[in-house]
Amino acid sequence: MAECHPVAFRWPMKAKTENGAKLIHIDPRFTRTSAMCDIYAPARAGSDIAFLGGLINYVLNSERWNSDPFFREYVVNYTNAATIIRKDFRDAEDLNGVFSGLMEYQNKAGWPYDGFVGTYQTDSWQYSSHGEEQGEPRGGEESSSPGRTQAQGKTGKKQSFESVIRSLLKPPPERDETLKNPRCVLQVVKRHFSRYTPEMVEQVTGCPRETFLKVAETVLANSGRDRTTGWVYAVGWTQHTNGPQVIGCCALLQLLLGNMGRPGGGIMALRGHASIQGSTDVPTLYHSIHGYMPAMSALKDHQTLRDYLATEGVPTGVWGGMPKYLVSYLKSMYGSAATPDNDFGYDWHPKISGDHSHMPMFVAMADKRVKGMICVGQNPATSLNSALERQGMRNLEWLVVKDNFLTESATYWHRAPEVERGEIKPEDIPTEVFFFPSAQVAETEGSFTNTQRMLQWHFKAADPPGQCRSDLWFTHQLALRLKSLYAESNLPRDEGFKKLVWEFDPDPIRTAFPLPGTSSIAGEPDAQKVLREINGYRTGLPDQHLAGYDELKDDGSTTCASWIYCGVFPAPGQNLAAVRIASPPEARGALLTWGWTWPANRRVIYNRASADPAGRPWSERKKWIWWDPSQKKWMGHDVPDFPVTKPPDAPAKPGAIGLDALSGKDPFILKADGVGWLFNPAGLLDGPLPTHYEPIESPVRNALYRQQASPVLKYWNHEGNPLAPVQDPRFPYVITTYRLTEHYLAGAMSRWNPWLTELMPELFIELSPELAQEKGIHNTDWVRISTPRAEIRAKALVTRRLRPFRMGGKVVHQVGMPWHWGWEGVVTGDVVNTLSSLVGDPNVSIHEGKAFVCNVEKA
Amino acid sequence: MASGAEPMGFYTDTTVCIGCKACEVACKEWNQLPATEGGAHEMSGDSYDNTRRLDGIHWRHVKFIEQFSEDRSDGRWLMMSDVCKHCVNAPCLEVCPTGAIIRTEFDTVVIQSDTCNGCRACIGACPFGVIGINDVSNVAQKCTLCYDRLQAGMEPACSQACPTDSIRFGPIRELKQMAEARVTQLHQLGEKRAHLYGADEKFLGGLNSFYLLVDQPEVYGLPRSPKMPTRNLIPSSLWSTAGAALLALLGMVGLRKRRMDERAAEADTDV
Repeated sequence: MAECHPVAFRWPMKAKTENGAKLIHIDPRFTRTSAMCDIYAPARAGSDIAFLGGLINYVLNSERWNSDPFFREYVVNYTNAATIIRKDFRDAEDLNGVFSGLMEYQNKAGWPYDGFVGTYQTDSWQYSSHGEEQGEPRGGEESSSPGRTQAQGKTGKKQSFESVIRSLLKPPPERDETLKNPRCVLQVVKRHFSRYTPEMVEQVTGCPRETFLKVAETVLANSGRDRTTGWVYAVGWTQHTNGPQVIGCCALLQLLLGNMGRPGGGIMALRGHASIQGSTDVPTLYHSIHGYMPAMSALKDHQTLRDYLATEGVPTGVWGGMPKYLVSYLKSMYGSAATPDNDFGYDWHPKISGDHSHMPMFVAMADKRVKGMICVGQNPATSLNSALERQGMRNLEWLVVKDNFLTESATYWHRAPEVERGEIKPEDIPTEVFFFPSAQVAETEGSFTNTQRMLQWHFKAADPPGQCRSDLWFTHQLALRLKSLYAESNLPRDEGFKKLVWEFDPDPIRTAFPLPGTSSIAGEPDAQKVLREINGYRTGLPDQHLAGYDELKDDGSTTCASWIYCGVFPAPGQNLAAVRIASPPEARGALLTWGWTWPANRRVIYNRASADPAGRPWSERKKWIWWDPSQKKWMGHDVPDFPVTKPPDAPAKPGAIGLDALSGKDPFILKADGVGWLFNPAGLLDGPLPTHYEPIESPVRNALYRQQASPVLKYWNHEGNPLAPVQDPRFPYVITTYRLTEHYLAGAMSRWNPWLTELMPELFIELSPELAQEKGIHNTDWVRISTPRAEIRAKALVTRRLRPFRMGGKVVHQVGMPWHWGWEGVVTGDVVNTLSSLVGDPNVSIHEGKAFVCNVEKA
Repeated sequence: MASGAEPMGFYTDTTVCIGCKACEVACKEWNQLPATEGGAHEMSGDSYDNTRRLDGIHWRHVKFIEQFSEDRSDGRWLMMSDVCKHCVNAPCLEVCPTGAIIRTEFDTVVIQSDTCNGCRACIGACPFGVIGINDVSNVAQKCTLCYDRLQAGMEPACSQACPTDSIRFGPIRELKQMAEARVTQLHQLGEKRAHLYGADEKFLGGLNSFYLLVDQPEVYGLPRSPKMPTRNLIPSSLWSTAGAALLALLGMVGLRKRRMDERAAEADTDV
């Protein structure tokens, strides 16, 4: 965190120096973050679930967790610990590391480039309910598996949306609040992690047993009625073939410890840079539309709007309102053309036909199946297995690069290593490359959404120079031009583009007299109009903004692009993302007037859990939201994440949908059953519980199971994408890649700035003195690093911050490389990502850039 | 020092420095200083330190000190943002022959570029190696404690950029209280090595940029007891006096001999 998010690290340091907080760092390398922490726990890259699973096992067997009534009260009431799982469920413990339901993936040749190597039939993972053993998941965030089957048949066209949702209701699951039933979630979890002992943790992760125990003791001691523990992670946890399971494993631990929905608790993804959070909320993702609704798919039963709702709908909890969110979204897309008769233009909306994420797109490109690419602020020429990605880029007819500088992706056709080596001739590349110089952030107006889901508006400081333009300008002008190109088309497939509403031009008065802080560039759209579209308004009355998502309707009377952002702009002139009123320094609370946080300006999500089931604060120290019996409403330091007048003892209404289906003590309102999931019956494709798998390339055998790596990971079998077999003697070392404070990503924002490049001028490889001695390498020597994909050169930085891992009598060496360099810029160096492979996680198709294998030799 | 104004300076708590180098970059940006070899020099191989020193184009410099036992059972990575100490009795100021180095109304030490003749006397005089010739201006330069910003009521660029408040700017009196409280806190937490460097008047009359360290000063490349060049004044003046006396004696002897010789010559010509 200190390395890659130094500004945010201000707060952990304040917590440490002013409030005595203990900081713990778990990382394969001793970094600038480790240097600041009370405990540093080394763990081999790719062993995170073994470490977290060890903590879960420690907690479940500890005397305190079993005797302090707080934990039991939290877990029984606020998690699915008491829920009974179906009889036919088999755990990874029973099946050598896989769960019941594993099947071969029927991969068709060619398109779609899904990359699945296996798939799970998830029926047996479901909750058990009286009289209905074959029940569907009462899922929350439903999976977007292309192969997922649906029990629901086609529903009648005239059926109301509410009745479609109501038809999805299932009988409540069986529960055992004594937590003794061997099939209840808590017992399943206990058995699942029972072999994750401190000894096993040491053997798998290489973390000394004593250090692991120190972490475990500290985390447990800092959780409970009076204290909370927070976890922070970044891509070190996600870039694996089972990344979401690593995060899920931490969530499981945090739920067991009662650390969710409470101040100081939670799990924080460090993803604030360049509005990464915002780009998934209002997504640039292929598999979801605004507000985390699954993208319409040709591979699922999404033929009609009602089919979509029947497939993706969740009747209970906040998702019960999906018809309202979706219809308001379609109204935003198609305006007055969207009517109840044409299902609000549902048929015009594009559908996905496979995995269109980064890796499969470049494999498809390499197979000459992609015509053109618009590349904005990304540098794929230096991205994953970059030689293969560049091979794909050479097959494009056209390529648009919009960036600050002529990045490697703009010059790969005449400056890439394969061209320098004479293997490729520029004149043989048919691609036409267009370069658009980009405006910088201080030259544009707009919002950033940070990791706390907080939107913060920024104004323009200066207009961009020359022909540099903002991304907003580019997108707006592209849309307007495409609309005019499609205007004359009679093809049904172009109907959506013709009907698409695109009205973001500034009002004439604003073009003539721009407000301070807004753009005076010709053709720049009005950023506040975009925000209004996202926020929503009464259909046909754009001045009547909506104040929150509970105002949305499924009859077309409301227009709202992204339901989760509804309320950020509740009235004209009231852009809450631009509000900057700081609370007094000692004020306790959520700083509610600084920016705006979705949903509904709640700073701690699921904050009902900050009070006990009766609605009283768990403790004075951790008071956040509580029920005031005299006023008969929820009060506190934050916006209650709950119907504000619903008493804690309100029972769930039988047969109801939406929030009425949850009781007054169910905090996890986005989950269908209102509780946190220790066990995931739905939502994940690779298992209901986190399980330690080795990375696809590993120098060791899986010490916990016969199953070596995830049985359902994604791999794109291509001649340019070979993998090293397990324990390959040619590639004996673990390699992990990462960023440095001094540089930013692929370098477009740092490698052209001499003030930054002088701080880290050259590419290097960090290795321990032990490995360096073995290989005869001295500090600053040139070193050759090779994987089955590529070989590169870097200078050695020999340091004791890296260490050999002693695991079950075997010594495993690990090296680390930052990946900021390329052949353009003030400083240049080999492309580290050339070493990595196209292999990914089945849920979100993220690659495994954090743990693979290599060889190292003195150059 | 102007009457009524308070001495201002830096207190650097090295225990919260995360080595992000934001101070180095903020300093260069504000003061428009060039990068080493245009930013494309070789890496040093000394931990994450690639700018290496304070000099005419590096007015802030973050040091990285790796301390790990062979088995890693004990390990620290110390970081420290170094800068001009703005000594109360500043050696550079004392030796400057042109009067280019001045003490400001904030009790900081500033080199005025327009009156510096580049003689380098200050470079030799500084016990901390802070000053260097800036190849662009060809005069001696160092941290000005953002004199221009201070005059405009702003805080220095480096301390404003510091995300963890490792660099604190303010009245020396307040900074000392803050620093002493932090030392006490660290002692209570078991970090007995914590101490302040330059916060008292033990050397150079005190440093208006002082540090909280958790190891010996030498570990951070700081002299244990830096001295003023004038410390040599009395011994060297004694030598000078003795030398002068010797010369005078030799001169007298010489003169006498000459007179004797002249007289002898005169006597010869008389003959």
